[in-house]
Amino acid sequence: MSEEHYLELCESPVQFEHASSVNNVFFDEANKQVFAVRSGGATGVVVKGPDDKNSIAFRMDDKGEVKCIKFSIGNKILAVQRTSKSVDFINFIPDYPHTEFSQECKMKNASVLGFCWTNWNEIVFITDQGIELYQVFPDKRSVKLIKSQSLSVNWYQYCPETAVLLLSTSGQGNVLQPFVFRNGTLSKMTKFEIELPVVPKPAKLSLSERDIAMATIYGQLYVMYLKHHSRTANSPSAEVVLYHLPREGLCKKSHVLKLNTTGKFALNIVDNLVVVHHQSTQTSLIYDIHLREPDCALNTHQPVLPARSIHPYRIPLTGPVVVPSQPPVPCQLYSSSWSVFQPDIIISASEGYLWYLQVKLPPTVNLQQDKGKLMDFLLRRRDCKMVILSVCSQILEGGERGSLPVVATVFDKLNQVYKEYLEAEQMYTLAMESGPSRNSAAQKRPVRTQAVIDQSDMYTHVLSSFTERKGVCHKFIIAVLMEYIRSLNQSQITVQHYLYELVIKTLVQHNRFYMLHQFLQYHVLSDSKPLACLLLSLESTYPPAHQLSLDMLKRLSTANDEIVEVLLSKQQVLGALRFIRSVGSHDNVSARKFLDAAQQTSDQMLFYTVFRSFQQRNQRLRGNPAFNPGEHCEEHVVHFKQLFGEQSLMKAATA
Amino acid sequence: MLIVSPRMAAVTQEKQYTPSLLSFFVYNPSFGPREGEEEKKILFYHPSEVEKNEKIRNVGLCEAIVQFTRTFCPTKPAKSLHTQKNRQFFFEAEDSYWIVMIVKNPMVEKPNKDGKPPTIEYQEEEVLDTVYGAVLRQCYSMYKLFNGTFGRAMEAGGVELLIPKLEKFFYRYLQTLHLQSCDLLDVFGGISFFPLDKMTYLKIQSFVNRVEENLRLVKYTAFLYNDQLIWSGLEQDDMRILYKYLTTSLFPRHSEPELAGRDSALRPEVSGNLLHYGRFLTGPANLKDPDAKFRFPRIFVHTEDGSEELHLIVYKAMSAAVCFMISASVELTREFCERLDALVGPQLTLLASDICEQFTLNRRISGPDKEPQFKFIYFNHMNLAEKSTIHMRKTASVSLTSVHPDLMKILGDINCDFARVDEDEEVIVKAMTDYWVVGKKSDQRELYVILNQKNANLIEVNEEVKRLCATQFNNIFFLD
Repeated sequence: MSEEHYLELCESPVQFEHASSVNNVFFDEANKQVFAVRSGGATGVVVKGPDDKNSIAFRMDDKGEVKCIKFSIGNKILAVQRTSKSVDFINFIPDYPHTEFSQECKMKNASVLGFCWTNWNEIVFITDQGIELYQVFPDKRSVKLIKSQSLSVNWYQYCPETAVLLLSTSGQGNVLQPFVFRNGTLSKMTKFEIELPVVPKPAKLSLSERDIAMATIYGQLYVMYLKHHSRTANSPSAEVVLYHLPREGLCKKSHVLKLNTTGKFALNIVDNLVVVHHQSTQTSLIYDIHLREPDCALNTHQPVLPARSIHPYRIPLTGPVVVPSQPPVPCQLYSSSWSVFQPDIIISASEGYLWYLQVKLPPTVNLQQDKGKLMDFLLRRRDCKMVILSVCSQILEGGERGSLPVVATVFDKLNQVYKEYLEAEQMYTLAMESGPSRNSAAQKRPVRTQAVIDQSDMYTHVLSSFTERKGVCHKFIIAVLMEYIRSLNQSQITVQHYLYELVIKTLVQHNRFYMLHQFLQYHVLSDSKPLACLLLSLESTYPPAHQLSLDMLKRLSTANDEIVEVLLSKQQVLGALRFIRSVGSHDNVSARKFLDAAQQTSDQMLFYTVFRSFQQRNQRLRGNPAFNPGEHCEEHVVHFKQLFGEQSLMKAATA
Repeated sequence: MLIVSPRMAAVTQEKQYTPSLLSFFVYNPSFGPREGEEEKKILFYHPSEVEKNEKIRNVGLCEAIVQFTRTFCPTKPAKSLHTQKNRQFFFEAEDSYWIVMIVKNPMVEKPNKDGKPPTIEYQEEEVLDTVYGAVLRQCYSMYKLFNGTFGRAMEAGGVELLIPKLEKFFYRYLQTLHLQSCDLLDVFGGISFFPLDKMTYLKIQSFVNRVEENLRLVKYTAFLYNDQLIWSGLEQDDMRILYKYLTTSLFPRHSEPELAGRDSALRPEVSGNLLHYGRFLTGPANLKDPDAKFRFPRIFVHTEDGSEELHLIVYKAMSAAVCFMISASVELTREFCERLDALVGPQLTLLASDICEQFTLNRRISGPDKEPQFKFIYFNHMNLAEKSTIHMRKTASVSLTSVHPDLMKILGDINCDFARVDEDEEVIVKAMTDYWVVGKKSDQRELYVILNQKNANLIEVNEEVKRLCATQFNNIFFLD
């Protein structure tokens, strides 16, 4: 059976001392650090993350049970909450006093629910009666209130990426008030209400913080609400409702993800996909909110792929003694001790691991039979290039060969992305040329993502090996190449000549010269010098290639020298002469080249004509029919005299 | 005495006869080598009512002429014989198989006074060898397209098979020969290509490839629009003769109902939820007819090792016609035809309207559609591309030209001159009337222009032709 697990835990997790009666474990989403606090800090605090390399270890006095512990951004100041009234600070800046100092919340009778660092020295306290934004001065060991806001709070969530704080207010908890922090200021955003499946009577707190998460998907902030199924309401299964929270304006319900089942769920965001873990079946589902589903109502989404479990994970045995014979221990997935954090973090406190969840693209290829949908999915993923190219190869070769309409769809989708990138690039170049000062605000160089599959990628990884594969019907090869060229043309992308060369090579290999002729006749293979030269080389096997090549050189209008060379090599000296005259470069060409060619034909009259023609040119240009020494025509003059005698030479007109 | 201009007299009293077919026969000398067996040599003779001995005499004469001229040049025996009343053309189509066509020279009948029999003036110089030689070769090619070679029929069933085949084919085919309207275009036997932009062309490619993939039986496809070729999967020589058949025989026969707008022929078919205008030009006229026969004409085309026999399906939607060629060893069924109709009908209808739209768009860009300023014929030997602004649309019966036959004759003469040498050439002729005729040959291309400019001199005519080349042929390498 082929590999089907499309989700996996990262190979090198962050390891920490697992939670126990003497060791408390905390996770800070902002810095992605795990704190292992032994005996309230007295026997040591070990901070790990976000990758396994950086760890900080220190001791602090045990002043009671730690409720929350977080470093400010850049690990400058440590904040520890031990009581519901105050937060303590410890400097981690070298040369600053290390003694703890403390800050109580300003509001009377309020209890601190938690705190978040919004900067290296700015911290916000969330209490049940509001929020308080402070600035911390580590040198002075003092704290100053910048701003506060009072409202009743049930619970809060903080998205460090966007610095948005979400407060649950109201009796049912379903009125959410977001705040955004920017440069030491605090701004209130428009509050919004989450639609509850059932309105409880009498009103009680019905929206739990466990069912709400915030994350950025495709660059936009969403509030995700895990809406459990309710027997009373008309919803047979659970769903995830996404509320789009824009910087400005109203928060709106934007997407509904159908879970088609009930039970306990957890959410992650990986590579802009919403991952929904289902504990009872030990499987996960993925949703892509940018995939349009024509058969569903607006913005209702079904899973992209069938449910699969995370790839089995074995805990590598590390430690002072490595026992080679002992196999790694399989890790229990979807364990009830798992905690899931945004966007892509899974922590097993009981085992002491922090993993990043990852999407593995290769298995997805076999789970989605509709190649068009598969492409839509893959083109939005981060590390998609090689997978996309492998899908392209797959649909062209072997047992899973796609039909031409499928091939066309895939090409069109690739080229759409390719085209958008090229256009953005062009716009950027234009803007740069017109001067960076003008509308410099928005002009950023477009990022080339892996989804931009250009012609050289296709050529190198897919088409060149495909055309060389034995046993593929040449009709299909040519059809595929033409389909790719059609698709590029449709997207108004200039086709690179090596693709044309591939077409020509394939046609020549199978003796399809008449097809080639027709393609050139309709200019499907666009003109270029390399192509014209390739055609010239085909003349011996297919004589009409000569004419095709000359036509092409003529149309290029920058290849007059090449045309002359071709004609001279065919001993068509008069033709060459007439040609340069017609393009008006008669005065600049090398006489020697023409005289050489004329002499080689052994046609004396022809030599005479050409010779006289150049003498006349000399006369016209310099008032003297003689050749300049620089033209190196001495031997031709001798030859002319031998043939026709001295007296036949044109004489300089005597003044 | 009243002096009447000769031309006036000609108009009022002379009677002009155009060239016409006198006889046409096929023979093989090796079939009756002994005396008394001469009749066995004759495989086909038109007109059939000619008395047996006369047939034998005529065939014997041709044989003798060919034999006699062989003594001068063994590889190139006589191709034609000029006599006052007619001209004979000899063509050895296959080894020892000869086809002979005898054409009556055009003539003028001048009535005489006093009840004397009219004087007949034969215009033996008006007939061009190249034109009728080409017509004769075309007769054979057309026979071969539908029947394969003579040798093939002989192998399969001897003269008993060959003779009826010849009779069946030529009896009908000779009736469609219109010798009076043969001209330079018959010498070229070219193909008119439909001008098209790259993108639409690629769409057609895509369509052809998809159909061939879907209907695996289809071996070759050709695509035409407005009776002009766009794509041929057949090799050039086969396409050349098939094109001739399509444009001079099949399409004209089917164009009438469309022009008449009879709803029976143009009622769109409903397939799925798509309307389409597709219909079969060969094979069943109506797919829904329970008695419909699924028989298609068979054609023979060249392959690397000899020839192969194919069904010829011609399917048309609006102005787009597609030929699908399928190995004759396969039996074509109703199911297959229905599948083809359902698959091709809607796509072809869409494509045809695409092409039409693109075509009118291009025409609008290139300027209003007026009568072409220049009368010219262009031919490229390399791809057989042919273009004529002299000829009107061809119909089943006649090809109409917009210029006087005398001028066409001059074109033919220039063409003969060009054929004699390899070099590029240019010929400018001042015709009797006010016309100038210019012929140019550059590499493999030939261009003939007819200009009607009173009092124009040689230089002006030359300039005029240069202008034409610059506008019409600027994208090819055509030396002036």
